[in-house]
Amino acid sequence: MKIVKIIAIILLVAFVGIQFIPTTRNQSDTVPSTDFMLVNNVPETIQKKLQVSCYDCHSNNTQYPWYNKIQPVAWFLEDHIKEGKAELNFNEWDSLSSRRKASKLRSIIKQIENGEMPLDSYTLIHSEATFTEAEAEELINFITQLKDSL
Amino acid sequence: MKNLQMSIAAMLLLAVSFTNAQEKEKMNHDHGDMKMDHSKMMNKNSDAKAEAILSDYFNLKDALVADDTKKAAQSGTKLVVSLRAFDMDSYTKEQQKELADIIEDAAEHAEHISESAIDHQREHFKTLSKDITDMVAITGTKSTLYEQFCPMYDKGSAWLSTSNEVRNPYYGSKMLKCGKVQKTIQ
Repeated sequence: MKIVKIIAIILLVAFVGIQFIPTTRNQSDTVPSTDFMLVNNVPETIQKKLQVSCYDCHSNNTQYPWYNKIQPVAWFLEDHIKEGKAELNFNEWDSLSSRRKASKLRSIIKQIENGEMPLDSYTLIHSEATFTEAEAEELINFITQLKDSL
Repeated sequence: MKNLQMSIAAMLLLAVSFTNAQEKEKMNHDHGDMKMDHSKMMNKNSDAKAEAILSDYFNLKDALVADDTKKAAQSGTKLVVSLRAFDMDSYTKEQQKELADIIEDAAEHAEHISESAIDHQREHFKTLSKDITDMVAITGTKSTLYEQFCPMYDKGSAWLSTSNEVRNPYYGSKMLKCGKVQKTIQ
């Protein structure tokens, strides 16, 4: 029994300890002029869907859930956001060359088609981020059009 | 008590391995820098660099033809290195801009190929092939290349080969000979 208690105390101390390790927050008040929505004529339904399903990890502004301040959740989120933005940052869309845009659009189509994005770990909590079949089709059609017009 | 000792030991071990890993990373970085300087010095012959990219690309293609995910991933890793080592000093400003764009895009696809399953590798190989073809249009190449085309994969997809015999990297053993030569590059 004593051992269990000691281990519990150690874990508690560790848990409290890691709360003091700072994380960077992905937040910004301004939307740069290079933003995907600003430079493309995006239908409103698709705008909303992208905002809800993609922008948390693929833009400079995350709508953080309440538990984001608790470690180790914050690390997990920070990591995902960093990785997401490195792959694709919608805010910086227009700074990409046509070749890079075409590449990214192709990847978006594939990821949605294969149901790989949004990530399961994301839709688990953000159920509204999931794409219905109709929503997926609408987005893919739009992105395909955009790609062909480049 | 024994349990407690064990967990303390485990934590210590974790801490040690963590710092070790960090140091290793630092070392890798240093090494990387050194390597870069080295390649810059060696880099008088930019044609050789383009050929190195092509050779890695063909290894990757052959791995996909053979349905070999692991070898494709390894070739992808090598391709990232040869792409980044490409020296474009001898090209005009405009060509340099185009080449930099091609290489950035190609390196991203090669990176994905180095860490994906075969279906994904093939998806990325399609765009990568376009990048490499555009690169060759600027750099040229010593050997004769064949641009081949498979009308079935993803609404039609092309790739480059050193042989005019068709071996399909998008389908591998499933449809090894599907496709045709659509252009000869000399």
